[in-house]
Amino acid sequence: MSAPSPDSFTKSAPILEVRDLVTTFDTDNGTLTAVDGVSFQLHKGRTLGIVGESGCGKSVTAFSIMRLLPQPMGHIAGGEVLLEGKDLTKLPPEEMLKVRGDRMGMIFQEPMTALNPVHTIGRQLSEVFLLHRTKDKREALRMSVDILDKVGIPSPEVRVGEYPHQLSGGMRQRVVIAMALACKPSVVIADEPTTALDVTIQAQILELMQSLQQEMGMAIMLITHDLGVIAEMCDDVVVMYAGRVAEAGPVEKIFASPSHPYTQGLLASIPRLEDERKTQLDTIEGMVPSLADMPAGCRFQNRCPFRTEVCAKHPPVDQVGPDHTVACHRWREIPSFADTTGNSPSEASAKKGHSQS
Amino acid sequence: MSTPSDHSPAPLLEVKDLQMHFPVREGILLRAKKSCRAVDGVNLTVAPGETLGLVGESGCGKSTLGKTIVRLYQPTDGQIIFQGDDLAHEHGADLKAHRRELQMIFQDPVESLNSRHTVGDIIAEPFVIHKMGDEAWRKKRVRELLDKVGLPANAAERFPFEFSGGQRQRIGIARAIALEPKLIVCDEPVSALDVSIQSQVLNLMLELQREMNLSYLFIAHNLAVVKHVSDRIAIMYLGRLVETADADTIYRAPKHPYTRALISAIPEPDPTKKKQRIVLQGDVPSPINPPSGCPFHPRCPHATDRCKAEVPLLRDVGESGQQIACHYDL
Repeated sequence: MSAPSPDSFTKSAPILEVRDLVTTFDTDNGTLTAVDGVSFQLHKGRTLGIVGESGCGKSVTAFSIMRLLPQPMGHIAGGEVLLEGKDLTKLPPEEMLKVRGDRMGMIFQEPMTALNPVHTIGRQLSEVFLLHRTKDKREALRMSVDILDKVGIPSPEVRVGEYPHQLSGGMRQRVVIAMALACKPSVVIADEPTTALDVTIQAQILELMQSLQQEMGMAIMLITHDLGVIAEMCDDVVVMYAGRVAEAGPVEKIFASPSHPYTQGLLASIPRLEDERKTQLDTIEGMVPSLADMPAGCRFQNRCPFRTEVCAKHPPVDQVGPDHTVACHRWREIPSFADTTGNSPSEASAKKGHSQS
Repeated sequence: MSTPSDHSPAPLLEVKDLQMHFPVREGILLRAKKSCRAVDGVNLTVAPGETLGLVGESGCGKSTLGKTIVRLYQPTDGQIIFQGDDLAHEHGADLKAHRRELQMIFQDPVESLNSRHTVGDIIAEPFVIHKMGDEAWRKKRVRELLDKVGLPANAAERFPFEFSGGQRQRIGIARAIALEPKLIVCDEPVSALDVSIQSQVLNLMLELQREMNLSYLFIAHNLAVVKHVSDRIAIMYLGRLVETADADTIYRAPKHPYTRALISAIPEPDPTKKKQRIVLQGDVPSPINPPSGCPFHPRCPHATDRCKAEVPLLRDVGESGQQIACHYDL
């Protein structure tokens, strides 16, 4: 996203604030902590990206906010989720029903599984309006046609009578977006909204989300593993690793001067179009430890090239710059990303070899 | 690629006008009235030690093309000339002999490994099929192969589920290189992996290529990944190639309108770069009812009446062997 948002947006009170969120799952092998003390803020009209690899807890964070954790295993074990000042974790389920779909919408990854295959598009969309806006079915259907038109579905009055399988993947995702935006929510959570789509269709959907945001002013929380999508869409980024926030800050800062060794490793390991071909890519050695045996202290320590004894202790969250925080003991001592890998992110990966050791 | 001699003496693989149509059965009698033209006249070459990247969106026929080349399918028409012999109509022992030199790596490392066999058995299976060596020799080879792909020797006694996605893909690679093939068709080998693991697997594949002088046909939808590993790239749309060129040229000077849109649509991991995105309207048409003329014309911003009527053939543009299937020089 691109148009720099007015400063008033940053300085205003956050629409959504997550404080020290802890989410656990009961399993046969004991309780696993999937999200462990995650905090961030979401502001009006801005897009916050949550990036991380599979299993880092980014989707669980989203489902915790929406209170859609699988039951009975999933629990919010601590922390607060404040939507316009109201703590959602304390709301009774009936109250939560009124928030979900009305004040907060969600866009899911797989549009085929997010839609009910045996109901028409019109009936599924009308449901949202019947729950939150009107009692009149005909009125609800009319509203459905309007919102389908808004998300760029051609001949919406015909499409409301069709079933999900009659639409292409891109069209289905437009329907899911229409459903999430039906009641003009103040917050939209998009969980990998374009991962199942081809690049040319992804470009259409990202453009649609941007133009709807400009029009309706909602805050978007965009969850993705694709750093390219983050760079194009987001104002702020939260980098998650193994259930915790590794680094958070404005998108330009995170990409130009990442301070956490994990963020640095992630940025260095993606092949870029302008790179020299067939060179060794930087890698992050090893893999994410399983939730059942996380190391004490910093969770990245077993893969980190800068590990020392101090990393066995829980890393503090340090302020790197305005709105830029990092959870690392040694971020001040480690070479900056620009120094180790060239001057800009684009040159970064051209200079290969194991840059960080 | 009419001029393989520019790149190398003799191509290892030469595909000529390959077609793979699947019957679409309809009605009560399930008569095949229509066909799905998944691959509809593809020409390409791969030189020894070269990587040809094949890029396209889902449904463009790139996986079908890969599977047809290793003869998991019987092609409808055309030739697959591999080391001088046409595989397209070979069967039985002749085909089996060629398959030693022509292997495949699959996208999903969970589904492509038999979960009831140990990793050792999976990697040794090619030796069993081709009746190579005795028990002791096979065990020794398995250990060497595991070492080559960066897995511990004790992995041989374990089962696939005990490994992570990246490690499983290494097992698939070990199986593919077991018979020391000349060409490996890699069908989206890293798309199921996280970025930090993806780079480990790509490095391994590059290393093995240098060491064993392998050729790859590298099929993927992620152009940045393909460009990183490939010498030349072919862009596929609706069963046909629309552009081929060396990897740098295709990124720096794409000439086909589809390639241009595809490249501009890729989100780049650099927030300071504000690109002019070409957003294509509509979806990829169905290969059962392909549009007349140029398959890209319904989405092409430059389409004319000629594009609706006449199918463009690949033709040379520029110096470096770049070819496009477009009537115009845009």
